[in-house]
Amino acid sequence: MVTTLLDARRARHIAEQVPDPELPMLTLADLGVLRGVEVTDDGTVVARLTPTYSGCPAMAEMRAGVAARLREAGYSRVEIRTELDPPWSSDWITPAGRRKLAEHGIAPPGAAPRSAGGPVPLVLSPTRHTVPCPRCGSADTEETSRFAATSCKALWRCRACREPFEYVKEI
Amino acid sequence: MSDDHVYMTLAEGHEDDTRWAYGTGFEDPLHGVDTTVPEGVDPAELAALCVALGDDALVQAQRLAEWTTRAPELEEEVALANIGLDLLGQARLLYSRAGQADGTGRAEDAYAYFRDAADFRNVRLAELPNGDFAFSIVRMLLLSSWRLAHFQQLASHPDPVLSAIAAKGVKELAYHRQYAAEWSVRLGDGTEESHRRMRAALEQTAPYLGELFTAHDARDEVVAVLRQVTEAAGLPMPVYRPLPGAGRHGEHTEHLAPLLTELQGVARAHPEATW
Repeated sequence: MVTTLLDARRARHIAEQVPDPELPMLTLADLGVLRGVEVTDDGTVVARLTPTYSGCPAMAEMRAGVAARLREAGYSRVEIRTELDPPWSSDWITPAGRRKLAEHGIAPPGAAPRSAGGPVPLVLSPTRHTVPCPRCGSADTEETSRFAATSCKALWRCRACREPFEYVKEI
Repeated sequence: MSDDHVYMTLAEGHEDDTRWAYGTGFEDPLHGVDTTVPEGVDPAELAALCVALGDDALVQAQRLAEWTTRAPELEEEVALANIGLDLLGQARLLYSRAGQADGTGRAEDAYAYFRDAADFRNVRLAELPNGDFAFSIVRMLLLSSWRLAHFQQLASHPDPVLSAIAAKGVKELAYHRQYAAEWSVRLGDGTEESHRRMRAALEQTAPYLGELFTAHDARDEVVAVLRQVTEAAGLPMPVYRPLPGAGRHGEHTEHLAPLLTELQGVARAHPEATW
C-alpha cells in the first residue's frame, strides 16, 4: 500500500514533466491537460489527459510522450485515458505556466468567460479587452487575428514596441 | 531556457512512433473513454444523431479547407483552417462515438472515407460550393449559430460521451460564430460591392434555413442572431422560402458527391494504407 502511494507520487511527477508538443516551454501539468495519475491495485499506472480543443492534433503525441516517459522510468504497465468532461479551460494553465508563456513572448490568457446559463451571448461592439505586450508590457496592443498557428492562440501586435506576439485565448 | 532549447526537446525520439496526426489510421480520439451506452439511451438513435452531427462538421470542414491558399488575407486563411480543424475534431469524436454505439465498432475512417453521398446525413447548406467569400461567411454564421444552440442542449444529453463532446464544442462554436458575425458586419456595412455580395449570400442561403430547423428546431436562437447581425450590418433579414428535400434523409445536392470524391480519393485508392 505504501509502495503504491509512493509509486503514484513518483509516476505523477514523471508525467507532469512531459513537455507540451505545441508549447514546449510548458509541461502538460502547466497547461492543465494532465487531469490525474493513479496506480491501480495491479500496478498499472493510469494517466488521464484532456484535449485543449476537439481538433487538437497533438493529443496522440501527448499520449505517446506520457507513456514513453513512464515506461522509461520503469513502469511496465501504463494506460492513458482520454477525459472529455469537464472540457479544458484556459483557466487551468497554472501560474508557473503563465509565467513561462510570458517569458517566451506569448501573452497568457485572462479569465475565461463564465456561462450564465441560457444562450451564449453574441457581442458585436468592439472589445474593451486589453492584452499587455509580453515583450515591453505596454497596454497599447491590438488583435490582428483571433486565430493563429495553433487553435489555442490568437495573433496580436504591440503599437508601442511594434512587435507582433501570440496570445493564448480564453476558453 | 532558450527557445531553441525548448523546441529541441520535441525532437527526442520515443519508442511509440506516433508523431503528428495527418492521414488515416489515427489512434481512436475516444481512446480510454468509458464507452458504455447508458440504460434508457437507444444505441441506434444515438449513433444516427452522432453520424448526422459528424457529417455536418466533416463536410463544413472540407469546404473551409478549400479556402486554403485562396482566402483574401493570410490571417483569414489561418482562421478558416482553424475553424475547419475544430469541426474536423468534433467529427472525429462523433464518428468514434457512433461506431461504438451502433455496435459495428467501425472507426472514424469508415464513416469519413468509405460511405457514399447517399449515406451522408449532413444538412445541404454545409455542402454547397464556396463561391464568394461572403457566401462562406453567411453560411458559417447560420451553421455555427444553429450548431451552437443544438450543442448547448446536447450538453445535458443522457449519453455522457455525447454530452461531453457537445459541451466542449460549445466553446469552439462561440468563437466560430463570433468570427462570422464580425465579418458579416464588416462586409454588410462596408462598400456598396461588399454589401451587395452579403445580400446575395443571404438570399442564396435562405432556402436552406427550413432544413436546419426541421433537423433541429433552434429557430429562435438563429433568428435572434441573424436579427442582431443584420441590424448592425445594415442588411435585410433573409426571406425564408422552404425547399423540398433534406440532407438528413440522404437527399443531397449535386455538389456533395464531387466534394466526397476529393475527400475520399486517396483513402479509397489505397484502402489498407496508413499515412
